[in-house]
Amino acid sequence: MSEKNIYLPYLMRIAEITEESPAVKTFRLEFVDDVAAQSFDFKTGQFGLYSAFGEGESTFCIASSPTRKGYIECTFREVGRVTAALADKEVGDIVGFRGPYGNVFPLEDWKGKNLVFIAGGIALPPLRSVIWNCLDLRDWFKDITVVYGARRVADLVYKRELKEWSERPDMKLVTTVDPGGETPDWTGKVGFVPPVVEQLGLSAENTVAIVCGPPIMIKLTLPVLQKLGFPPEAIFTTLENRMKCGVGKCGRCNTGKSYVCKDGPVYTLAELNQLPAEY
Amino acid sequence: MANTYQLSRESLTSLFGALRKDGRRILAPVESDGRIGLGEVEAPAQVAGDYLQTIMSAKEVAFPKVERLLSYTITPGQVDLKDAEPKAAPTVLFGVRPCEAKAFGALDAVFNWDYRDKFFNARLEKLAVIGLSCTKADEACFCTSVGGGPADTAGSDILLTPVADGYLAEVLTEKGTAILNLASDLFKPGNGVDKVAVAAKVEAAFDQPALTAKLPGMFDSEVWVDQSLRCIGCGACAFVCPTCVCFDIQEEADPKQGERLRCWDSCGFHMFTLHASGHNPREVQSARWRQRIYHKFSYYPQRYDQLGCVGCGKCTRACPVDMNLKEHLTEAAGVTA
Amino acid sequence: MEALKQRAIELLEKGEVKAVLGYAKGTGQARRAFFARQPGQVDKLVLDEACTQNLAAYATKHEVKKLGRVAIVAPPATQRALIQLMAERQLRDGDLAILAVDEGAIKELGSAAALEEHLALKAQGLDAKDKTLLAKLDAMSREDRWAYWQNEFSRCMKCYACRNSCPMCYCEHCTMDCNRPQWVPVASHSIGNLEYHMVRTMHLAGRCVECGDCGRACPVGIPVHLLTISAEETVHELFGQRAGAKAKLDYALSTFKTDDKESFIR
Ligand SMILES: Cc1cc2nc3c(=O)[nH]c(=O)nc-3n(C[C@H](O)[C@H](O)[C@H](O)COP(=O)(O)OP(=O)(O)OC[C@H]3O[C@@H](n4cnc5c(N)ncnc54)[C@H](O)[C@@H]3O)c2cc1C
Ligand code: SF4
Ligand code: SF4
Ligand code: SF4
Ligand code: SF4
Ligand code: FES
Repeated sequence: MSEKNIYLPYLMRIAEITEESPAVKTFRLEFVDDVAAQSFDFKTGQFGLYSAFGEGESTFCIASSPTRKGYIECTFREVGRVTAALADKEVGDIVGFRGPYGNVFPLEDWKGKNLVFIAGGIALPPLRSVIWNCLDLRDWFKDITVVYGARRVADLVYKRELKEWSERPDMKLVTTVDPGGETPDWTGKVGFVPPVVEQLGLSAENTVAIVCGPPIMIKLTLPVLQKLGFPPEAIFTTLENRMKCGVGKCGRCNTGKSYVCKDGPVYTLAELNQLPAEY
Repeated sequence: MANTYQLSRESLTSLFGALRKDGRRILAPVESDGRIGLGEVEAPAQVAGDYLQTIMSAKEVAFPKVERLLSYTITPGQVDLKDAEPKAAPTVLFGVRPCEAKAFGALDAVFNWDYRDKFFNARLEKLAVIGLSCTKADEACFCTSVGGGPADTAGSDILLTPVADGYLAEVLTEKGTAILNLASDLFKPGNGVDKVAVAAKVEAAFDQPALTAKLPGMFDSEVWVDQSLRCIGCGACAFVCPTCVCFDIQEEADPKQGERLRCWDSCGFHMFTLHASGHNPREVQSARWRQRIYHKFSYYPQRYDQLGCVGCGKCTRACPVDMNLKEHLTEAAGVTA
Repeated sequence: MEALKQRAIELLEKGEVKAVLGYAKGTGQARRAFFARQPGQVDKLVLDEACTQNLAAYATKHEVKKLGRVAIVAPPATQRALIQLMAERQLRDGDLAILAVDEGAIKELGSAAALEEHLALKAQGLDAKDKTLLAKLDAMSREDRWAYWQNEFSRCMKCYACRNSCPMCYCEHCTMDCNRPQWVPVASHSIGNLEYHMVRTMHLAGRCVECGDCGRACPVGIPVHLLTISAEETVHELFGQRAGAKAKLDYALSTFKTDDKESFIR
């Protein structure tokens, strides 16, 4: 009996394309095969490998919430061979998807707690999935705060959703752009993410912080959170080591003994402190 | 418990014949231009005479250097995917050394610890290993430092040990028994040969459990920088290594059709972990050399309860700049953390 | 040898260099590259016929540059590589202390000019074994030569030991590592191997310093150095130039002259 080919992707049709910011797009993808669409399931925090047939595969998180059925979304920046080929695709085109892979954000453990999401630049996609997931399960949690920063106003992704979030009474959204990145009609904050977080007057009491962003932002935000009294177990982040297989075989995504594709991409700071900083 | 038999030298010809009649190809070390490599043979006379080891490992039998994972055709608005089936021919690996026979276990650990890799499995399933104990070793060998030995049975379906006028044959597994059944008259009742006396003497060079225990505490040691200054970051060590399992996935296509290939890769290359942004978690060669050591001697034991190295010494022999793994591990074991 | 050790200790003690890159005893009879970073390590340096590696390959490595100024033990082939690296602006004049060794005699060369003058005194010569093999290949028919290389390349696994050991393959972004466009397939199949060696040979034509290190590096014994050496010899025949002789770049394959004898270029 022949085994299943774990490298074979699902075929997906692009149902919708959103231009988020220069060089960043969101795809809504629907399964070509109905049976696959029915049986497919994932949890927030997981990722997949997306194929542009002819060019190869690229790793992106699943940016939609598992509570929204029938499709998945991904948001990607055009940086190389595969992402450039994906960026050229049009609605109706076929791409590939393997997944879901990796571990998940432990929503069950967060029940009854305050949540603070901190994201920078294009790192909102992994958080977007979990934010929507939490909003769809709103009564599980207490206060929900989202801090999102980008270099310039033009670089903020998911603009329509930011508007929706800012209008929701059951959550707080703080947006900020780097000094010089504001436009005349910008109503959000001006400043880097770490000081903005510091000024929010957050309490670490019964709160978890979820941080995603460029390495420099993470590096400068962690001390702020620790100063505010967040223990390492209450700080979550995701790692983005280079991946090829996504299934713990090809050997390139490890940091220490941990395969980011299997044991990650979600880690607590307490876990990262146990691993060498190879990310 | 192994069933022990005697096999005369002449009877190998009949054994090879019986294996081939059963539809199996036989791969064995052969000599060409002074180099020993694996090649298909029909008769024992074609097997290299006095060899230590092959340059390349036998892993390519189960994990070839290039392998198709899938293919597809593209028409407007449509992609037709085609699964790939590994061409797994029934194969007997004859005359590989005990270290290499054992190495299939380390590959198996990665290919099947969670998701199962059908390509590797299909080939391994059709593979039987007739190992051959070593009667000599060189300065690169260190099997006895990593839990193996020149007459170790692990990984072999049948292990032969050369004795006076033939071989001591230990039939170790079901696959081994199946081979025995193909030519049972050749396998004579065994005698009490002490195979350890015949086998090569390989002194243990370092205390591996102690090294494994101390590695987590010496990640930032200067010893990795010192050792790796001369490493040129090629793929030779990983590609000849019987346990190195890392691979790349590459696309080869034209506008109408394409295929996805798996190719050997190595953590020694700087491209291995390079992000599209230019950021590299292992920026310098010392970090890459350290990954090699840690993967085999720290991460492997933590994840798979076995080592990622069998001490065959192929990497040392292949390295263009003489990075001697045994020597460097011995040095690392001696570092006071 | 004693003079070399003496000078190495001096250089390290006076802080003129951070390391002396030379040869030390390796596995069995082998010699290997060795960085003496303290005067106490100089004792390990050896110098004999077995010291064949072209150490100039290290001169352009980040990790080595980060050490600071380095003294390098340089037999003739290494000397040629160093001056070619200077001509190609990969090394600055004075970046290294060059300890030139010629049949046992040591001479310290402080500048590119001194190195050029030193090299001019010597006859260029190929290894006798390589000469024989090259002659044999030249004598073959085109078809036989093609078959010969096809057979050799069939063993190639694209480990890039040949490229990485070559002092002139210093490119930070090697053509083989470029995927936009994907000039050469990454896979080590027959096309991937063939294209790799063709591209490398062309990139070394007129730049190969004929040390033979790429061929020595190959774990499976493919004499790839014969490709680059024969390309180098062809450039020499056609244009009268030699790589590794001049401190100022004058490179036939990147020069345009209106009186070129080929018509396609005009
Ligand atoms: C868990 C995780 C989640 C991520 N989530 C997101 C996300 O949501 N959004 C996002 O924008 N990014 C995300 N990333 C980053 C994203 O994966 C990379 O930016 C992206 O893969 C770059 O792809 P590329 O194929 O365009 O680039 P390239 O680097 O050009 O890669 C193209 C392909 O060619 C191969 N290749 C590259 N260089 C060479 C070479 N020199 N020779 C041969 N082959 C080569 C690559 O291996 C790859 O298969 C995530 C990464 C991880 C690990
Ligand atoms: S690391 Fe070297 S000694 Fe160990 S199994 Fe691999 S090739 Fe053999
Ligand atoms: S040593 Fe490196 S190439 Fe070999 S299996 Fe480990 S990570 Fe992969
Ligand atoms: S140890 Fe040797 S074979 Fe391995 S990458 Fe370094 S130079 Fe290449
Ligand atoms: S060293 Fe040999 S095997 Fe490795 S890439 Fe060069 S020719 Fe191929
Ligand atoms: S991506 Fe291949 S092992 Fe993690």
